[in-house]
Amino acid sequence: MSASKRAAPALRGYVWLLLFLLYLPIGLLFLFSVNANTSLTFPLKGFTFQWYEKLFATPALLHAVGNSLLVAVGSSLVATILGTMIAILLSRFEFRAKGLLTGLATLPLIVPYVVLAVALLVLFRAAGIPLSLVTIGLAHVVVALPYTTLIVFARLVGFDRGLEDAAMDLGATYPRTLLLVLVPIAAPAIASAWITAFTVSFDEFALALFLAGKDPTFPVYLYGQLRFATTLPVMIATAVLLMAASLTLILGAEVIRRRAS
Amino acid sequence: MTAGADVQQRPANARRPPDPRRRSFWLLSLPSTVALALFLVVPLLLMAALSFRADLSGQLLAPFAPTLKQYQAAFASEGYWRLLGTSALIALGVAAISTLLAYPIAFFLAFRAGRRATIYLILLLVPFWTSYLLRVMAWKLMLGSEGVINSVLLGTGIIQTPLDALLYNRGAVVVTLVYVWIPFATLPILAAMGRIDDRLHDAAADLYASPWQQLRRVTLPLSLPGVVAAFFMVFIPTVGEYVTPLLVGGPSGTMFGNIIQDFFTRAANWPLGSALSMVMLGATLALVMVGFRVVQPRRLIGR
Repeated sequence: MSASKRAAPALRGYVWLLLFLLYLPIGLLFLFSVNANTSLTFPLKGFTFQWYEKLFATPALLHAVGNSLLVAVGSSLVATILGTMIAILLSRFEFRAKGLLTGLATLPLIVPYVVLAVALLVLFRAAGIPLSLVTIGLAHVVVALPYTTLIVFARLVGFDRGLEDAAMDLGATYPRTLLLVLVPIAAPAIASAWITAFTVSFDEFALALFLAGKDPTFPVYLYGQLRFATTLPVMIATAVLLMAASLTLILGAEVIRRRAS
Repeated sequence: MTAGADVQQRPANARRPPDPRRRSFWLLSLPSTVALALFLVVPLLLMAALSFRADLSGQLLAPFAPTLKQYQAAFASEGYWRLLGTSALIALGVAAISTLLAYPIAFFLAFRAGRRATIYLILLLVPFWTSYLLRVMAWKLMLGSEGVINSVLLGTGIIQTPLDALLYNRGAVVVTLVYVWIPFATLPILAAMGRIDDRLHDAAADLYASPWQQLRRVTLPLSLPGVVAAFFMVFIPTVGEYVTPLLVGGPSGTMFGNIIQDFFTRAANWPLGSALSMVMLGATLALVMVGFRVVQPRRLIGR
């Protein structure tokens, strides 16, 4: 490609201003996570790591983060498997209910989260299922499904079916063809679908607040702690650490993606 | 219409020997259909049924005499209508402002950032991986009476007493949500611009189009599907928002989602809450359909 055009100074300035504004609140969070004052106000009182130390000495907090991880891993795995199956159906089969399946799989994008949360609450109450991490996870599967389906579908739809035909002509059964040809073809998309589903679930609050039992995920726990001003710096420290972890995750994903393409 | 192509294919398929993939088809479709039915369709139907109940006496699944009482209550109260209108207006404003602010960023990333585009994109998306609740909280720190904005204004002597009017109102909700959605709104616009051949701009320039004319006559029309997608990707989740108003909204910043939440938690009136949820679901679906009519999503996928 030829050298790209230079951006007009105004445009470049605008982008930098917006990035600055985007990072200002986050920088603020970081600042208060190492500030030696419980109240989040200026002027700053001095540097400390005590909130980070306290974080690791708060079992309930660590437990909640662990719960979030558990729910995110579980729900993203299920959402990725189901989404991949739907994507294979939509891209490789002709059937009458195709429009219906497409509509259903993407419907969660349009249903407001409160409405879905409330509807699932009614279901669990009606079926006598107690609220727990599982009920949160099920909700997360539903909202992640459109993303996983669309990501894998976009990859499969662009690929020639000749490879699968060839595999079957050479005597592979269709399930074997799926596992040995189609899934490897879709692998990069499956990986990015999984990461997307994971991030959708990990920080999700609006559904979790309705569907959490006694055992909270991190956002639900955090929400409960917002009332107590003294624990806020610890919460902020946790969020900073989690952000660092997720950043590592996305950068890792970017590396995988580059290697794949 | 593409539907014609499908119709032509089907008889051809039917004449073939039985598809060896038949069993696989059922194995592939069963889990997802069951999951979608159980955890999406059935819950929405149960909620719909609940909205026709007079009260919550007895079992949730017990038979009951359907009544329109909840809907009458919902439609009779002017307050709910006003709140629905406010929510739609807030969502409209948030979606419009985020899309507008995101457009130049997408343009920069698509045509001007060159090889650094990926780095800029990651920079843009990192805030998205920070706890949503804490990003909202951060705006409390920005706008509060002892917050950053007040500290700066007081410190520079522009004001003598802190402004209380920055937080706990509709404006705070809009600012916070715009902040949250800008990175997200950039993505569909960027995707649409990625399909625009940059040489079209050169061609326009060769024909003496000013930069402004290029933008208006070339870039904007070609990226319009992305703009509309961005608008709806922000609008839809914002209509149903209840968390941000809870944290920074105050009384005037309350949204429709908050009363639904109220009726399912503190106020404990599930049938009325269900009716209001149905109203919200209907309104959202209607708006999305109108939107799709206007833009024809096929143009989003095709060139």
